[in-house]
Amino acid sequence: MTYIAKPKFHHPGLPKNDLGFTHRDYEGKISTLCAGCGHDSITASIIEACFELSIEPHRVAKISGIGCSSKTPDYFLGNSHGFNSVHGRMPSVLTGANLANRDLIYLGVSGDGDSASIGFGQFAHSIRRGVNMTYIVENNGVYGLTKGQFSATADRGSKSKKGLINSDSPVDLVAIALQLGASFVARSFSGDKSQLVPLIAAAIQHKGAAFIDVISPCVAFNNHAGSTKSFDYVREHNDAVNRLDVITGREPITVEYAPGAVQLVDQHDGTRIALRKIDADYDPHDRVGAMSFLQKHAAKGQIVTGLLYVDPESDDLHSHLDTVEAPLNTLQAKDLCPGTAALDKINASLR
Amino acid sequence: MSVQSPISSVNDFVVRFANVNGSGSASANEMFARSILRHGVPVSPRNVFPSNIQGLPTWYEVRVTEDGHLGARGGVDMMVAMNPQTWDKDIAAIEPGGYLFYDSTKPMPASKFRADIAVIGVPLTAITNSTYTDPRQRQLFKNIIYLGAMCALLDMDPKIVEQLIGEQYKGKEKLLSSNIHALHLGRDWALQNLKCPIGLRVRKADKVGDRIFIEGNSAAALGAVYGGATVCAWYPITPSSSVADAFTSHCKKLRHDPVTGKAKYAIVQGEDELASIGIVIGASWNGARAFTATSGPGISLMTEFIGLSYFAEIPAVIMNVQRAGPSTGMPTRTQQCDIIACAYASHGDTKHVLLFPEDPAEAFEFAAQAFDLAERLQTTIFLMLDLDIGMNHRLSRPLKWDDARQYDRGKVMTSEMLDEPGRDFGRYLDVDGDGIPYRTYPGTHPTKGSFFTRGTSRNRYAIYSEEGPVYADNMQRLVRKFETAQDMVPRPLQANAARPTKYGVIYFGSTAPAMDEAIGILESRGHQLDRLRIRAFPFHSSVASFIADHDFVYVVEQNRDAQLRSLIVNENGIDPVRLIPILHYDGTPITARFIAGAIADHQDQLKVTPLRKVKS
Repeated sequence: MTYIAKPKFHHPGLPKNDLGFTHRDYEGKISTLCAGCGHDSITASIIEACFELSIEPHRVAKISGIGCSSKTPDYFLGNSHGFNSVHGRMPSVLTGANLANRDLIYLGVSGDGDSASIGFGQFAHSIRRGVNMTYIVENNGVYGLTKGQFSATADRGSKSKKGLINSDSPVDLVAIALQLGASFVARSFSGDKSQLVPLIAAAIQHKGAAFIDVISPCVAFNNHAGSTKSFDYVREHNDAVNRLDVITGREPITVEYAPGAVQLVDQHDGTRIALRKIDADYDPHDRVGAMSFLQKHAAKGQIVTGLLYVDPESDDLHSHLDTVEAPLNTLQAKDLCPGTAALDKINASLR
Repeated sequence: MSVQSPISSVNDFVVRFANVNGSGSASANEMFARSILRHGVPVSPRNVFPSNIQGLPTWYEVRVTEDGHLGARGGVDMMVAMNPQTWDKDIAAIEPGGYLFYDSTKPMPASKFRADIAVIGVPLTAITNSTYTDPRQRQLFKNIIYLGAMCALLDMDPKIVEQLIGEQYKGKEKLLSSNIHALHLGRDWALQNLKCPIGLRVRKADKVGDRIFIEGNSAAALGAVYGGATVCAWYPITPSSSVADAFTSHCKKLRHDPVTGKAKYAIVQGEDELASIGIVIGASWNGARAFTATSGPGISLMTEFIGLSYFAEIPAVIMNVQRAGPSTGMPTRTQQCDIIACAYASHGDTKHVLLFPEDPAEAFEFAAQAFDLAERLQTTIFLMLDLDIGMNHRLSRPLKWDDARQYDRGKVMTSEMLDEPGRDFGRYLDVDGDGIPYRTYPGTHPTKGSFFTRGTSRNRYAIYSEEGPVYADNMQRLVRKFETAQDMVPRPLQANAARPTKYGVIYFGSTAPAMDEAIGILESRGHQLDRLRIRAFPFHSSVASFIADHDFVYVVEQNRDAQLRSLIVNENGIDPVRLIPILHYDGTPITARFIAGAIADHQDQLKVTPLRKVKS
């Protein structure tokens, strides 16, 4: 929600992608979030992923709910249409937008208050339907914009800035997304761009409901000792099962991976994900295994990150509804209106 | 009880069937209504049903009306009492001199009857039990057997009923012949054992013409198909669910690509009404024509999004099939009780466009028009149906469409327009002075025309702003836009009395047929009234002038709080004393008898009392 214009000039030597765009062409307005906010790192990762994938910025629709996280679509892809909708209702708005035009890329940005509390139902049902989207939750365990109340993803026993101890069980959106049938499920950390950028890129290329939970510390209200969503805590407890590269014909998106076995995953659209395994036993095609792995590690206080599950044979809501290939918003009266002859027949059948 | 001669009437009476829901009676009863129509005699049937699937009482009322009065009449001339649970109430409902038709298999004590009605017993259970062994068949054919007996009693042409059965079971020979057999079982028994016909009779006429017999919900859904709706998101709620059901079945027949077989529509059953309207708004934002259908409780849930649609200026079409509120209210009873809730839905200053169809033909037309209006005005358009129009078969003029008609997609700036030299795109810029800005669809142009849609205040270029003057400028433009809407929505229709009169009546929606009939009754009693049927909000200027032209104007509506009257008073600055509320709100459809009675009472008071005393 910035009113500060961002200067457009840039170094002439900035690298360009296949479309001739620089990184700057994927930026938006200047962020008005707090200095050091994890959300700004996620914004930077989205910009990076879209640049690397050579996406035409205007072919992305970025949709959000209400809250700090939901403000961020103003800060990336300035040439895309954005929709800062209603608290907790991003998933339904995105679903409708997707139904209207299947040809755009849909990026849903939400927060833990937006998706795990007021919009828990919409989160669940958009995933169930397999809407073709990248659904990112910028998860800080706290309501930032209203000054530090616990959100539903706050861990039991974690301490608020005011010193209150959370006694409620946390909602684990990743576990729920797996259970609901999301065909791409990942978790990452806003402070780990090398892991996050390729995850976002792979999610964008995935056909179906791709969900990424990004732990994103709130520097203003949830970055203190006793918080389980602080930079320090997440760094100490981050248990990455894999890191990945998205191979698009260009050079791999990141090279900063730890050594380990490589697993190649071919996606529907012909793209390929190269998974660098860190945990040799982790199988990202095993939904039930992933759920159990998550639960076991959560019980030990570990935050499992990486690409946790992907179904390379996934499909989406448009396949389920068997809609025409042309976007519904391009159909004209001649395509849609059955005309008087058909109406005369209907009238005749009603006498 | 006095000795009463039986009612004698040709083509003008009311038959009511009292049944248990889930017993299969609905299709037999509907066939009864349709076969009278096929005699060329108009009928007006109404389902009175509980919020339940099986076992509770349900009634089906058929008003036979050669004069074409399609409103509910009130009173019952013949009761087909098939439900022991409601027996006493049903017997009490029969007009003096009326008829009772019942299953006489089991003897009933005399105290269970009335002396002032004609009692017609047919041993339906005995006949079915001796003919059928399967319990389900016994149940279903019992309905057809009473239809057969009614056919004899009312002097209906059995060939017409046979033809209808033939159409219904076309291609299912076994069902067809067994239904015809059951029909004759009942008819023959009646002819042999009863005095046929009775005083109530159906005689062939030619009063139906080319009219069709359709439920308002189905007509509205067809209007959405013709109006180019491609996205429908909905959540089940009585009495609106059949809109989505009908849209689905119409689309299956009319909206599949002939080559690929793929769907040119998307229907999503939302997880609730919030998701349904969210999907509609997302789809409309992205350039598709989208709608939802709901009822009062759904409107309550949708209001936050409706405010977003108003303020961020996103088209949406909401079909509200009204039922009796508040809260869960009476889910299967009719009212016009969401006028205020819809006109001013959501927090903050909002106003919304409402359309009030009177019958299925208008439901079809207004539904199609709603999509043009929503895209032209970039806001929510409510199609205000109610259970009476929506869920009953109504005799209606045929649905019409003009093949030359194009959709009005409103002010949408294309990529070519954005590239025109000197073109300035501001999402909330009032270029034409009508309060309506231009919008762009997402994905239109690589570098121009994108904007950030939000429910927060912003300037004319869609940039966030909480500056007072910027906010006020936008709110004033929204008022200008609403004024523009006034001349786009369907205008009120006025019909003047035979002689000049100081009195007028305003009415809308499903009250129309009862009102038309009431005018005749009132005229016969010497009361002259000019009438104005309001068909939309914002109100056209003719509403205020109609009120100005009369000393008193009755406002007839089906709610407790005179909601339309309040809206007129509020929006037009009318002195409330000049608008006399005539209110019917018990959940049954308003009748001509009620309207005529209430207006005549008031008129009689006016005659004997000086005006200033009435005011006090």
